[in-house]
Amino acid sequence: MSLFPATAAAKAADRRATKPAPRPAPRGQRAAYGFIAPLGIGFAVFYFWPMIQTFYFSFTEFGPFGGHTWTGTDNYARVLRDVTVWQALGNTLIYCGIGLVALPLAIVVAALLNRRGLRGVAVYRALYFVPFVTLPVAVGLVWNWLYNGDFGLLNEILGWFGVDRHYWVSDPSTAVLAIGAVMVWSTTGYYLIIFMAGIKAIPRDYYEAAELDGAGPLRRFFTITLPLLSPTLFFASVICMIQSLQTFDLIYIMMGEKNPAVGDTQSVVGLFYKWAFIENAQGAAAALAFLLMLLIAGLTYLQFRLQRKWVHYG
Amino acid sequence: MADRRRVNTGSLATHLVLSLGALVMVFPFLWQALTALKSLAEVSKVPPTFLPDDWNWSSFDEVFTALPFREMLTNSALATAGRTAGQLVFCSLAAYAFARMRFRGRDLLFGLFLSVLMVPSSLLVLPQYDIIQQFGLLNSTPALFLPGMFSAFGTFLLRQAFLALPKELEEAARIDGAGSFRVFWSVMLPLIRPALAALAVITAMTAWNDLLWPLIVNTDPKTMPISAGLTSLEGQYETNYPVMMAGSLIASLPMLLVYVFLQRHFVQSVAFSGSKG
Repeated sequence: MSLFPATAAAKAADRRATKPAPRPAPRGQRAAYGFIAPLGIGFAVFYFWPMIQTFYFSFTEFGPFGGHTWTGTDNYARVLRDVTVWQALGNTLIYCGIGLVALPLAIVVAALLNRRGLRGVAVYRALYFVPFVTLPVAVGLVWNWLYNGDFGLLNEILGWFGVDRHYWVSDPSTAVLAIGAVMVWSTTGYYLIIFMAGIKAIPRDYYEAAELDGAGPLRRFFTITLPLLSPTLFFASVICMIQSLQTFDLIYIMMGEKNPAVGDTQSVVGLFYKWAFIENAQGAAAALAFLLMLLIAGLTYLQFRLQRKWVHYG
Repeated sequence: MADRRRVNTGSLATHLVLSLGALVMVFPFLWQALTALKSLAEVSKVPPTFLPDDWNWSSFDEVFTALPFREMLTNSALATAGRTAGQLVFCSLAAYAFARMRFRGRDLLFGLFLSVLMVPSSLLVLPQYDIIQQFGLLNSTPALFLPGMFSAFGTFLLRQAFLALPKELEEAARIDGAGSFRVFWSVMLPLIRPALAALAVITAMTAWNDLLWPLIVNTDPKTMPISAGLTSLEGQYETNYPVMMAGSLIASLPMLLVYVFLQRHFVQSVAFSGSKG
């Protein structure tokens, strides 16, 4: 399966286009290379060459006066032995797990918005999407303010229910959860749009037939919506996982530098940033980045393998 | 009659749940705006006030003196414009060739280009930084948008759009004697305008919101975009929440406006791709 759901028309055109063609005229060929050259050069300079370089860096040590010295697999050994790496990896997996909560939330909202004759669908959709569009730094700052232990609104509201005042983002035991909640809050709208598109593709007849058979809303949701939405859900969970394994922005903003919980909330990319650009351990950072890529690739592969067990393709 | 009433209570409950959710989504922004309008003294009151006692607009001025805020906004605008323009030009050219032209090695090259999608961007920032440094572009505007001008996602999105166009138009133009570039520019490109708009909107958002890359290449406050600039505000003005909220509000506003006006394209591109970048 391709990573992107292609439209039927595009697929048909794709087939047409890839049919073996009569030998093309060399002039036309040259024009085609001209069309892809600007992008190709950009990719070569900023993506392909850096890929090779990162791989090379990961086997070297960057000297204080510049220059890379070959150190073999030392960096990898360092990464695997370092406790902060394992801690960051653990945190990243927790963020990933919490981040996935956005999916069921988005599905439920999408199903509610799919109710026949419901008014204001566009307004709801717009409002739910706003957090995703907003500058992540601004999101982090406003949530830090809401979480503030002394004057934050959250403590005030929880106080009405008898919950004690708490320093949400500076207490290591709640910081990861607090950041994860903001992740869920800011991405739910994005998945909502993906699921709304998926639900729209389910034929109305199925629901009408089920209704005639006396199936209630809950039953219709579990027997029609959920199974028929499973390819979309699969796609969304792959994207969600890849994105949250690379999480950095929110943590960087909400933690700052002086927060006592900094180490306890660090993600893998956060650690990479620290090593590469603050502690000048470029070789080890490159090794860490490379291992992260392998992890993402591995988990994505696993998801593709597992999809056979639960994804229904109509 | 009874049946209709049941439908109504059902939809009432739906609206109730949905509005509660919408409130959770939007309330932080409302709180942000209200905080920005309060005085520093009022912000630290316990219990917090909801509406400001005095509507105090000074935080919005203070943000501009606390930081080179105007420059930062300009940097963001230029970085966004550069990245978006670059993607539209480079991706549409390549996408056209991949979709509508035949040449040796096409499928191989397309596969190679798509591989960029699979590599996490953080993996590449170290060598990318070195390259920008070698070009002598650290702390410059081009540093902010150069790598982002080339996108596998954009190429893929536009290729899908080109593939869906009918063959006849192209052939007619060719018979009229138009060259490849002419066909591309005057016939085919205008036809994929919705896809171009969707790509522009999603790229603009990604560029405006980008944080990791600007933090690395532009460390001088005068060359930072607003996303990175706000984090330095956080460092210096740790306890001045009204100023921080005013800054956040101003910095988010441009994208919110783009979103309000171009909502349809946003939704379209997200629904189509499920990927930002």
